[in-house]
Amino acid sequence: MSGGVDSAVAAARAREAGHDVTGVHLALSRNPQTFRTGARGCCTLEDSRDARRAADVIGIPFYVWDMAEQFHESVVDDFVAEYAAGRTPNPCLRCNEKIKFSAVLDRAIALGFDAVVTGHHARLGADGLLRRSVDLAKDQSYVLAVLTRAQLDRAMFPLGDSTKEQVRAEAAARGLAVADKPDSHDICFIADGDTRGFLADRLGESPGDIVDGRTGAVLGQHSGAYAYTIGQRKGLDLRVPAPDGRPRYVLSITPKTNTVTVGPREDLAVDTVTATRPIWHGADTPAECDVQLRAHGEVVQAVVALTDGELTAHLRSPARGVAAGQAIVAYRPDPAGDIVLGSATITAGAASFPEAATSPGAASPSGVSPSGASASAVGSLPAAGSSADAATSSAGAATSSAGTATSSAGAAVASAPGVAGPVR
Amino acid sequence: MTMVYLDHAATTPMLPEALDAYVAAAREIGNPSSLHAAGRGARRLVEESRERIAAVLGARPSEVVFTSGGTESDNLATKGIHYARRDADPRRNRVVASAVEHHAVLDSVDWLGAHESADISWLPVDATGRVDPASLADLLAEHGDTISVISVQWANNEVGTVQPIAELATLATRAGIPFHTDAVQAVGQIPVDFAASGAAALTVTGHKLGGPVGVGALLLGRDVPTTPLLHGGGQERDVRSGTLDTPGVVAFAVAVEAAIKTQLENAARVSALRDGLVARVCAAVPDAIVNGDPAHRLPGNAHFSFPGCEGDALLLLLDAQGIACSTGSACSAGVAQPSHVLLAMGADDDRARSSLRFTLGHTSTSADVDALLAALPGAVERARRATAWKSPRS
Repeated sequence: MSGGVDSAVAAARAREAGHDVTGVHLALSRNPQTFRTGARGCCTLEDSRDARRAADVIGIPFYVWDMAEQFHESVVDDFVAEYAAGRTPNPCLRCNEKIKFSAVLDRAIALGFDAVVTGHHARLGADGLLRRSVDLAKDQSYVLAVLTRAQLDRAMFPLGDSTKEQVRAEAAARGLAVADKPDSHDICFIADGDTRGFLADRLGESPGDIVDGRTGAVLGQHSGAYAYTIGQRKGLDLRVPAPDGRPRYVLSITPKTNTVTVGPREDLAVDTVTATRPIWHGADTPAECDVQLRAHGEVVQAVVALTDGELTAHLRSPARGVAAGQAIVAYRPDPAGDIVLGSATITAGAASFPEAATSPGAASPSGVSPSGASASAVGSLPAAGSSADAATSSAGAATSSAGTATSSAGAAVASAPGVAGPVR
Repeated sequence: MTMVYLDHAATTPMLPEALDAYVAAAREIGNPSSLHAAGRGARRLVEESRERIAAVLGARPSEVVFTSGGTESDNLATKGIHYARRDADPRRNRVVASAVEHHAVLDSVDWLGAHESADISWLPVDATGRVDPASLADLLAEHGDTISVISVQWANNEVGTVQPIAELATLATRAGIPFHTDAVQAVGQIPVDFAASGAAALTVTGHKLGGPVGVGALLLGRDVPTTPLLHGGGQERDVRSGTLDTPGVVAFAVAVEAAIKTQLENAARVSALRDGLVARVCAAVPDAIVNGDPAHRLPGNAHFSFPGCEGDALLLLLDAQGIACSTGSACSAGVAQPSHVLLAMGADDDRARSSLRFTLGHTSTSADVDALLAALPGAVERARRATAWKSPRS
């Protein structure tokens, strides 16, 4: 229980469903004061008190579990290392994979619990299928798609059938004081929301060139490639205007040469995405499906194939701002909620056409000639992401990629000794 | 589910006579500082209480300074005496305390170091948690003329070790240095006599001996210079301000008196229960380690380390079966830190984190011990499995 409204209502619903529920708040910082303070956070003393109070109101035991060490190793260090490697990590996804449904789940199972309940907005019904929440704006299936079958079998998401508005109303009706608590949007372990400053503190200044992707000409300097985001337009501080006077965007980041590559908007587009470490719940591939390439990002139709532990997606329409390190999540459209087929970590994107259509959402592969793979034969697609400066043109790409509106520290564990609960 | 309460060192149920006295006094009107009849009535209750407490604790009534409890008394003794002695002679800027003090002393002393530039000397303890008087003698030989105050608890709240207070106080008194002892855990459990102890100041609180929470006292020698921390009406000898809590004080006095009058027989009964508990736990969990001093020990305290377990996990599992105990460690945001007491006793981090405290008191029965023994072995086994969560998945 993070101290937010979602995990509180999830715990209340699990209890009402007849489970023996224990509230757990995860202490994720060795020094709680160093994490985000105030009502928007998830890891502060205040949040811990809010969670405890919610557990009191629900009538369940409550404990704080110290996960600071694991969180630091698996999420924070990973976050920094991924940026240093030119990739764009999603720490919320990593936290689900390594903390909530691994360290917490393992400990809970060992202590005799049957499942971990969280306030994520996603559906996981009796059919065992993970689906998008009914509230598409709050859907968090993207950051849960990394979970394996075994992890999903021990997970409960009681909120997937409700909108956020309904959850808040229910919290108020249940007398939970957190009903009006603002959503958390930012990265919980970056206290002031300044991701660039956080990375600079840890990675140091590292000046390098900003180069033109088509000509290779050096257009300017940067003080650390990790501060840039694929699709970023503002803040490049380039003194040499583009010959055609049009804005330039970050196309790629190459840690090896510490280079930020820029170019025109159309060079951002990719139509082939490769990814590693796949989790696949669907049937045989190749499969026709929808893919989502970042949290709250656009959805495009694609053909996805799995071969030798790699996932390849051929997009039916080009996508922009595709960043290595982010997840590609495949969905099968379904009237009862789009079903997660699988996910993998993006390693590269490539374009097999000379110029992308200007409207990616509506783009069709027609008119794309396979001939000129000119600009973006991007071998390894580096960071896109969480910068607030990101001003990409494509529909979903401008959002803070690392941010999911989750209750980051929240979990409740349920056990049903003697109760045949809906788990499993 | 009936509760099995094995956490009397945290707080113990109020004695019925203390509760009755509280309710009776709470019905009366009157501020003990008022001059009219109602005020005089309240003042009389307070002063009678002061005399009763003084009588059973070997103090003069004027040495009883009522406070809000142990934490305030500890703050007043350490900071107040330090300020007064340092202000009288700026060379006296060193505070001495044992390494196993309760946080009310530990953090007060730390604060004096951080914010008042005091020098600090921590007295080490042996593997059982006891201070060796020789280490204080050495310190006095080296720094005697620069020490403002010395504070060593009478008995430890976690592992129950009783300190050689008379010897330590004698050394301090000979060196002309006020000696404070936090006797919160000791009063009512073992014999405590302020005058005989030689201490200049002694902390006692109500809720550890059957009185209410929120009232306690600092027994403070008349000639011990003390700067007040709470300023105002000067109600308590001008070293402590605040309207006196008449019903609290009355109930506190009733509880202190009752606890001390029954101390011997209660200690005999509780220590027998405790010895049975320790023996049975050691038989059921053969690798359990008993922490603390086997001889110099509070009668109700049983403290173990269960190798391979996390105290937190054990507590959760026992709590789920209605058994209340404590890891004895301090929390920040509820995050357990390894106990400074066990670390000071030379335990490593794992042993400190694997510890659990059971404390018996006046309401404890052999059925409580039976219930614990029925639940503990399974909980230990399960907690051991849960420790594996620390190793990352491959």
